Amino acid sequence: MPQLDLNRVSMPKQKPKARAKNFNEVALGYNEKHALAEATRCIQCKKRNCVEGCPVGVDIPEFILALREGNMPEAVKVLKSKNALPGICGRVCPQETQCEETCSLAKKGAPIAIGRLERYVADWELNHQTDSNPELAPATGKRVAVVGSGPAGLTAAADLAKRGHEVTVYEALHIAGGVLMYGIPEFRMPKHIVQAEVDYVKSLGVEIKLDSVMGKISTVDELLEEGYDAVFLGTGAGLPMFLNIPGENYNGIYSANEFLTRTNLMKAYLFPEYDTPIKAGRNVAVIGGGNVAMDAARCALRLGAGKVYIVYRRSRAEMPARAEEVENAEEEGVIFKLLTNPVRFLGDDQGWVTAMECVEMELGEPDESGRRRPVTKKGSEFTMEVDTVVVALGTTPNPLVPTTTKGLDTTKKGTVVADEETGKTTKPGVWAGGDVVTGSATVISAMGAAKRAAASIDAYLRGQ
Amino acid sequence: MYQILTREDLTPEIHLFEIDAPGVARKAQAGQFIVIRVDEKGERIPLTIADWNREKGTVTVVFMEVGKTTRKLATLKAGESVASFAGPLGVPTHIENFGTVVCVAGGFAIATIVPIARAMRAAGNKVISIMGFRSKELVFWEDRLRSVSDELIVTTDDGSYGRKGVVTVPLKELLEGDGKIGRVVAIGPTVMMKFSSLTTQPFGVKTIVSLNPIMVDGTGMCGVCRVSVGGVTKFTCVDGPDFDGHQVDWDELMARQRIYLDEEKRSLELWQQSHGRR
Repeated sequence: MPQLDLNRVSMPKQKPKARAKNFNEVALGYNEKHALAEATRCIQCKKRNCVEGCPVGVDIPEFILALREGNMPEAVKVLKSKNALPGICGRVCPQETQCEETCSLAKKGAPIAIGRLERYVADWELNHQTDSNPELAPATGKRVAVVGSGPAGLTAAADLAKRGHEVTVYEALHIAGGVLMYGIPEFRMPKHIVQAEVDYVKSLGVEIKLDSVMGKISTVDELLEEGYDAVFLGTGAGLPMFLNIPGENYNGIYSANEFLTRTNLMKAYLFPEYDTPIKAGRNVAVIGGGNVAMDAARCALRLGAGKVYIVYRRSRAEMPARAEEVENAEEEGVIFKLLTNPVRFLGDDQGWVTAMECVEMELGEPDESGRRRPVTKKGSEFTMEVDTVVVALGTTPNPLVPTTTKGLDTTKKGTVVADEETGKTTKPGVWAGGDVVTGSATVISAMGAAKRAAASIDAYLRGQ
Repeated sequence: MYQILTREDLTPEIHLFEIDAPGVARKAQAGQFIVIRVDEKGERIPLTIADWNREKGTVTVVFMEVGKTTRKLATLKAGESVASFAGPLGVPTHIENFGTVVCVAGGFAIATIVPIARAMRAAGNKVISIMGFRSKELVFWEDRLRSVSDELIVTTDDGSYGRKGVVTVPLKELLEGDGKIGRVVAIGPTVMMKFSSLTTQPFGVKTIVSLNPIMVDGTGMCGVCRVSVGGVTKFTCVDGPDFDGHQVDWDELMARQRIYLDEEKRSLELWQQSHGRR
């Protein structure tokens, strides 16, 4: 057995000082030399633990083998046969808790950088015209409507089109991509990459109808009556949660959805060239500790804010954000105010927020999420001066579709009830997957659910 | 892309577009709105639906030139297109036989009140409409509103046409009169809706207003259109745009409408410079 190489090849990044002032991609990606060196470290295990760790089951050892043998078209083919969106997943998947966690070399502390290699292969394809389109199954004559064009919708659409079904995707916004376009910032998920992967899905024969707010322009019942044989709901979790504390409607207080949508979808960072404005003030407080909070804080820096704070009620260990994103934010100059909870906002006579009253917290016994419950420290009230606040507490599913669909059961949290294995909902002919079922989660978990649903829809349409 | 089939200039600054949008036309109802984006770099703004034709598949919107987006929109001719046109959004106006309904509209909101007055009348109401303008040359659609109303009162601020004064004066007279008023619908500039609501409040006549805060997506996603109604935060785009005018926190709404005043001014000035316009 050859000696194990435990030197994980690092990926070049823009320097923190420079990148905190631009919207260009932070992580620059491997070059050929990096990619070959990293791919060579893979020991091609017989027991494919990495594949088991991948929610969409990418044949990881095979694509790495093709890469290191210099057969890039084959690497692309292997990757895309399971994953229609590799350029996206290579960038935003939490590999450290998936394929890289289960990699045999992880025990030695140096798992193969599978995400970086995936990104390398996807980007290589973008720059080299290859015909990577898979053979489509013969047309079945069955029609499927997919509601939402985010990670779940695109994945379901691609898989169903490959299996020979006629797919139409309905998207409420004016651009396809869902959270990949409106939520995740350009510096983490360049929009031309998303566009290229959307174009790939379209090249499989999928039609995408934009500006189509399902529940308003049509209902799911009407889609079924009008000739669709099945419907997949991938409408995501688009409704912002607020703190519900006094003063939250003062000017200058944004939901993370608004802050990120203005910045990313509407390109407010290019105002006034683009028409949508945004304000990032002298003191910006982002409330929350997830990836969305990190994205909002890092956008605020790039928009020219003075000081940017992450205000989180638990400690660093409980932060749901990826460690890498927390590090990136910190390197760029975001200030962390942990174990801190806002209790009300103060404003001026023009209706603008001027300050935030907070309390300090300490960690008590674990709660139902298994994380230690934050408890208010008595007499710890203090006031922070702020002129911009971004509330990043998470999101819940938009009720527009569930409330207009007869016979579709939802939970108390507003999520759609669906079978975990098949994505089947309580309404015949209707499947669902992604954040609309789980509440806000990851891109890849939505894609995994969509893949399973597509398989179930395919079996249903073929009368199995 | 959504083609403008007809353009009409109702006044020098108020324009009507009939737009080819069969999907929206199929479902449009009185009181709903659409979100429009002029071009690829454009912002998303809501416009109330003024009319629709389900057979032709068209939707009519009326807008007034205010900032860059509406001025840019006003440069488009029939045959040209807008980049996005999404709807019908929001909850339709609640239509019921209330007996007598007073429909009050100010400025370009006349276009919004016409389908509501029409629907109220079709539901069996006696409809008394009040339309208010700054002055005579801004008056439009008097005939249209008259055709769907049992009575019509026109006011101008300067007295150049109809009665001199603001809409709340005849509104108050109607409330003080003999006839029982079952409902008031007031649509127009925020300040006009606020004062119409203040006028009706002492009489206890429920007054529905159609709010027009800043929006981005228009589907409940961003929350910029949040408004306090009866002390509870509502999203205008999905919970409204119609609300009980007696419950609305008007000062908060007006403050929130001013969030981007500086940016809007700058944006408009730059655009005017580069286009050599006033």
